[in-house]
Amino acid sequence: MEATKGHFFSDMGVMLGRSMRHIFRSMDTVITVTITPIAMMLLFVYVLGGAIQTGTVNYVNYLLPGILLIAIASGISYTAYRLFMDMQRGIFERFHSMPIARSAALWGHVLTSLVSNAISVVVIILVALMMGFRSSAGVLSWLAVAGILALFTLALTWIAAIAGLSAKSVDGAGAFSYPLIFLPFISSAFVPTESMPSVVRAFAEHQPVTSIVEAIRALLSGQPVGNDIWVALAWCLGILAVAYIFAMRAYRRKTA
Amino acid sequence: MQNHAIRVNGLKKSYKELHVLKGVDFEVGKGSIFALLGSNGAGKTTIVKILATLLKSDGGTAAVNGFDIASKPESVRQSISLTGQFAAVDEILTGRENLIMIAKLRHLKNPRQVADDLLNRFGLTDAADRRVSTYSGGMRRRLDIAMSLVGKPQLIFLDEPTTGLDPEVRIEVWKVVKELAEGGTTVFLTTQYLEEAEQLADRIAILHEGRIIANGTLAELKNLFPPAKVEYVQKQPSLEEIFLAIIGKKEEK
Repeated sequence: MEATKGHFFSDMGVMLGRSMRHIFRSMDTVITVTITPIAMMLLFVYVLGGAIQTGTVNYVNYLLPGILLIAIASGISYTAYRLFMDMQRGIFERFHSMPIARSAALWGHVLTSLVSNAISVVVIILVALMMGFRSSAGVLSWLAVAGILALFTLALTWIAAIAGLSAKSVDGAGAFSYPLIFLPFISSAFVPTESMPSVVRAFAEHQPVTSIVEAIRALLSGQPVGNDIWVALAWCLGILAVAYIFAMRAYRRKTA
Repeated sequence: MQNHAIRVNGLKKSYKELHVLKGVDFEVGKGSIFALLGSNGAGKTTIVKILATLLKSDGGTAAVNGFDIASKPESVRQSISLTGQFAAVDEILTGRENLIMIAKLRHLKNPRQVADDLLNRFGLTDAADRRVSTYSGGMRRRLDIAMSLVGKPQLIFLDEPTTGLDPEVRIEVWKVVKELAEGGTTVFLTTQYLEEAEQLADRIAILHEGRIIANGTLAELKNLFPPAKVEYVQKQPSLEEIFLAIIGKKEEK
């Protein structure tokens, strides 16, 4: 065991390098992950935005946190896809019969998800800046935003891992992310929840996306974040823990 | 004791109600080519997976290169390489990148050099910087085997290395396997093709209904049958021979 533990990080580095190459060589995934949320942002700001009453002057500021979450939710479906393909193609069998830490292969995918989502988040924020997004947040607030987004990515990535490891078909591996992409629409990401009918509103106010969106929005606009950040963190950590346990169980079942 | 690369005693494995292995025993000598013959679903792949530490057995013991597979899986993995039934290559990477990746994972000093040497040896130098998705079936298989040779493992498992390959490529793979054994590597291969076992193996074991029902050299196995009668038959070339004769002039050099 010791021999492989010592190499865990270098092994994981090799795995990360591998799947990052996959990402950059399939430009369609990069485009889908960043262009679609950007298009959505353009649509909401320049087409629908005029009719949406948020009580804020700058709708880009209001919209950005939700757009970032949508980007992450669609980004992780590719993690599920890549994981599924690896299980199918026998390359994991090769890795597992080699003297490397077995979980390095899985962690390589998780790290790749973090890095690639971070890239698309940065690109989207740059586009938002061009569209008039302004933030009064200081360094600490930005770090807090980065932390929440990273935690959200990790939590969803482990959900993606469950799907990728246990799906029976490629379509199955990718399909689970659609509900995740839609969650932000039934939250305060695009419009204030006050405008929704009571049942929808109750759902919107108690699902994870709303608290995460509110926390990020408050941090970016330099407002006091209040309870939202703790609720957001609790959601992220809770989902992360549960998804991690189930993903590892699925992984062990597959690689017993 | 160290003359055996593999030693298997009473190996058992069941999938729910299905008893695939019901007590398998055999030994593989160091540096030899051992062929495990069996029909589809006989459990050949299950044996390979257990010996390569991908699967746990339900009973019995097995030692690979002197290491017990249950208590020393890490040491087993250190000394073996597996080429599974489906080419375990990364399609999006190039051939060179695939080899470098494996060399890095085996923590070798000079991954680039290792990759170059193997590319050269397997005639893949020209295709080295192309993505594997553009490779033909034969090239893919060659790369697959080359990846298994990174780090010079003492024992290599080839699970049905030629299934689904055309005859030309099959002969190419055979050549590689023979070279490996000449270099001192132990080769454990499974196959459904009798001819393949006949061509390559020092010892042949036949797996049937969960047990090894015959095990020996080709000569020994032939002795199990009544002595050959001399009969005169007109030799007709098989379609495979015709096919190879027409397209395979280059094999003769």
